[in-house]
Amino acid sequence: MSLANFLVMRHELLLTAAALLVLMGEIFGDPLKKRSVNLLTVVLFSAVTIIGFLPSPPGSLFGGMYIATEMRLLMKNILNIGALLVIIQSVSWLSKDENSGKISEYYILLISTLIGMNFMISAGHFLMFYLGLELATIPAAALAAYDRYSNKSAEAGIKLILLSAFSSGILLYGLTMVYGTTGTLYFDEISDLLVNGNLQVLGFIFFFAGMAFKISIVPFHLWAADVYEGAPVNITSYLSVISKGAALFIFVIVLFSIFPVIIESWQKTIYVTAVLTMTIGNLFAIRQQNLKRFLAFSSISQAGYILLGIIGGNQLGMASVVYYLVVYIFSNLAAFGVVAAISNVKGKESIEEYNGLYQTNPGLSLVMLLALFSLAGIPPFAGFFGKFFLFTAAAQKGFYLLVLIALLNTIISLYYYLLVVKAMFINKSEAPIEKFRSDFPTRFALGICVAGIVITGFASIIFEVIKDMSYGI
Amino acid sequence: MDILTLFIVIPVLTITGLVLVRDIRQVRIVAAAGMGLQLILSAVLVYLYLSVRHSGNTDEMLFVRDLVWFKSLNIHYAVGADGISVAMIALTSLVVFAGIFASWEVDFLPKEFFISLILLATGVFGFFISIDLFTMFLFYELAVIPMYLLIGIWGSGPKEYSAMKLTLMLMGASALLLLGILGIYFNSAPDGGQLTFNIIEISRTTIPMSAQYLFFPLTFIGFGVLGALFPFHTWSPDGHSSAPTAVSMLHAGVLMKLGGYGAFRVAIFLMPEAAKELSWIFIILTSISVIYGAFGAIVQKDLKYINAYSSVSHCGLVLFAILMMNRTAMNGAIIQMISHGLMTALFFALIGMLYGRTHTRMINEMGGLMKVIPFLSVCYVLAGLASLGLPGLSGFVAEVTIFVGAFQHPDLFHRILTIVATTSIVITAVYILRVIAILLLGPVTNEHYNHFADAKWFEKVSAVTLISFVALIGLAPYWLSSMIGTSLQPVLEKIIAINPF
Repeated sequence: MSLANFLVMRHELLLTAAALLVLMGEIFGDPLKKRSVNLLTVVLFSAVTIIGFLPSPPGSLFGGMYIATEMRLLMKNILNIGALLVIIQSVSWLSKDENSGKISEYYILLISTLIGMNFMISAGHFLMFYLGLELATIPAAALAAYDRYSNKSAEAGIKLILLSAFSSGILLYGLTMVYGTTGTLYFDEISDLLVNGNLQVLGFIFFFAGMAFKISIVPFHLWAADVYEGAPVNITSYLSVISKGAALFIFVIVLFSIFPVIIESWQKTIYVTAVLTMTIGNLFAIRQQNLKRFLAFSSISQAGYILLGIIGGNQLGMASVVYYLVVYIFSNLAAFGVVAAISNVKGKESIEEYNGLYQTNPGLSLVMLLALFSLAGIPPFAGFFGKFFLFTAAAQKGFYLLVLIALLNTIISLYYYLLVVKAMFINKSEAPIEKFRSDFPTRFALGICVAGIVITGFASIIFEVIKDMSYGI
Repeated sequence: MDILTLFIVIPVLTITGLVLVRDIRQVRIVAAAGMGLQLILSAVLVYLYLSVRHSGNTDEMLFVRDLVWFKSLNIHYAVGADGISVAMIALTSLVVFAGIFASWEVDFLPKEFFISLILLATGVFGFFISIDLFTMFLFYELAVIPMYLLIGIWGSGPKEYSAMKLTLMLMGASALLLLGILGIYFNSAPDGGQLTFNIIEISRTTIPMSAQYLFFPLTFIGFGVLGALFPFHTWSPDGHSSAPTAVSMLHAGVLMKLGGYGAFRVAIFLMPEAAKELSWIFIILTSISVIYGAFGAIVQKDLKYINAYSSVSHCGLVLFAILMMNRTAMNGAIIQMISHGLMTALFFALIGMLYGRTHTRMINEMGGLMKVIPFLSVCYVLAGLASLGLPGLSGFVAEVTIFVGAFQHPDLFHRILTIVATTSIVITAVYILRVIAILLLGPVTNEHYNHFADAKWFEKVSAVTLISFVALIGLAPYWLSSMIGTSLQPVLEKIIAINPF
């Protein structure tokens, strides 16, 4: 393998190496200093993230099965940043005694899913796509069941694996139809051979259903809340941010590169599901008391907004989706980071228990406030810019009614985000969560998230760079 | 750095300063110093504006600064000011300045209070200086969201309900507004070419009629909600009555003006054709606002509710006058915004001061206050007289201009509604004089009141600042109306081009 080839697929290779090194560290390291695996992983992963940003020529490998373009590399880098934040946030949780025997498993599983996502994003062939998909899903189920003595966590794991197996089956069934009518699984050949036939549209619908499961689009979302609630907080944040982000990336790639011929069909499909996803996600979020379930439903509705960027099938839409996911990663990880910090130290996860939090823990409350405002799309935070570009992309293609529905949904979402703000800042509590100081990794990760929330919006260069890269996939 | 950007930079620096300082004394000093500086700066701005105009410069916008922000969507950070925005900026600095002194004695989380208050002011200043629809919208939302915390944390009564209602209604309005702005943007270059968010550039083209019919109502209602357009005014009484003093002042005094200003600057200026066609619907709605607000004020017993309904009535008059779309009425609308902003801020400040002494806002529980706290009572009477339009005070100038302008329309529809709206003056006199009679005159009803101290120094600063400007506009309105008049020209030219009148 030449250096050029290495550069083209450096993300996957380096992540594999990192996973193996972590395993080595576990095996050969001092058994009494298991926690040093944390440090090792953070260092390795930071190195991978930084190397990922080095410029490299686009190219393809394995006879076109593996494609790396500027845009796809950017998507991988975005996922790397998010995963790095999740890893740093997990350190304090993994350092607890109950987890000390299985630290490296966590990292290896997490990195494996990330490798799967990277392969998926670089796929130029449906076989590669499917391999990546499975590699991303199966370790994720093991992660969800990480807390194996807790019934809920085990339930989350089994639910995730069964339902994703089922959805993969449906997706494969759709692919067989595409293969049956075109005779190839290469992306570029399929897009030339598609003619908007009925079977092809049906195949697309099945494919869509399979992807919709991964992105948790209504009506394929019901697994999300249970899995998110059952899994440990850090894994929930990984599933709802990184997994979902990767699935959205690959969804955009496939739609824009394979299915432009049947754009009218998928626009209708996305129109309906976007409205349902936003509305149902929001309405269910209002009723939630557990913050993890709350954030789960909020992230379902966020996926609905993101569909608005996809629906136009335009360049601006693609840029806005990628940009929004950057914003979404920072905002949601900040929210989950606060929940995780409090849950790890105090074990409290319900909104009521957050009453009066500002009096005792002003720092965490402010981070949560920023995160929620950014998710709600309040200026001057990044979420406002992200939503604005998504809506602009949809309006550019004349979907004004859809934009109006989305805007009204942001008002609903503002309502329930404000309920949390109200709990923290306005409500009084007899026994608020006591004052505590979270450890350095947690604070560091939250600091990066806050910086991301504040800077990503104002610094127009980030959006412009993404926009410039989104000419071809 | 240009002078207009300073209006954002100073509040931001003040907020930074507030984050750094520790005890309550320093917090007050930093807040007062920052907003005092802002007040001086706005005086400088008025002076500069007048001198530039005097030297024969007839550009639409002065002090323009235009920086590209998001290149691919042609979003700019563009600021500029004409006579109207200069007047609104001056109003805002006055009210914020007075508001800081009116909330001198906030002792629960004072730092957070002043930070939120100044953040709100930053949004308002930014809104008035923006000539780019994107930045304008950004600042609009920035001005609305701190209200939630300000009312929710420091408010009184059913504050959580009011705060949520106000925030959701105003954000709902901003949803309509955003759609309107996107619609304007995508129709800003009907003949091809670069799409733009710049108000001045858009005003030089004509947006296609089909788009105007869709987006004029969206934009007008979007801003109208903030200007208490019937039937979207319901956030206003609840919000004002639950808010702490300075927030009520800022909200009724300035934030509601965002509605009138935006409706004028965006809805009417950019889409005059649709405005002409559809104005009748909104004229009816605003007439209802004017009358309904005034009647609503009569039956209320809570001082803040009375004033909130009175604001609905007066702000309705602003929108009513803007929709008349002629020089005199629009001139009146702007003066009414300034005048109402000053006197309603004065009202809310005085109500806060009274409440601080009597611990009630129910008028039937108070009486004879003129004998125990004459300074505050006289201020209250002055505010009342301004509100009911006594000549010599600002309310008179504004309302006379509006009604004269509105009556210039020769057709029956406009004239009947003008007459209907004019009756609000009488109704206003009823509730103002009733409150003055019950509250201030007569015997002292509660002997506890005899121990009241009259206004403290910071209360005097707050009240006197506002009163002197109410009187200034009332006695010498010409400088203000001429400052506004030149800036109305671009709008009027567009209107006259459609339909010579």
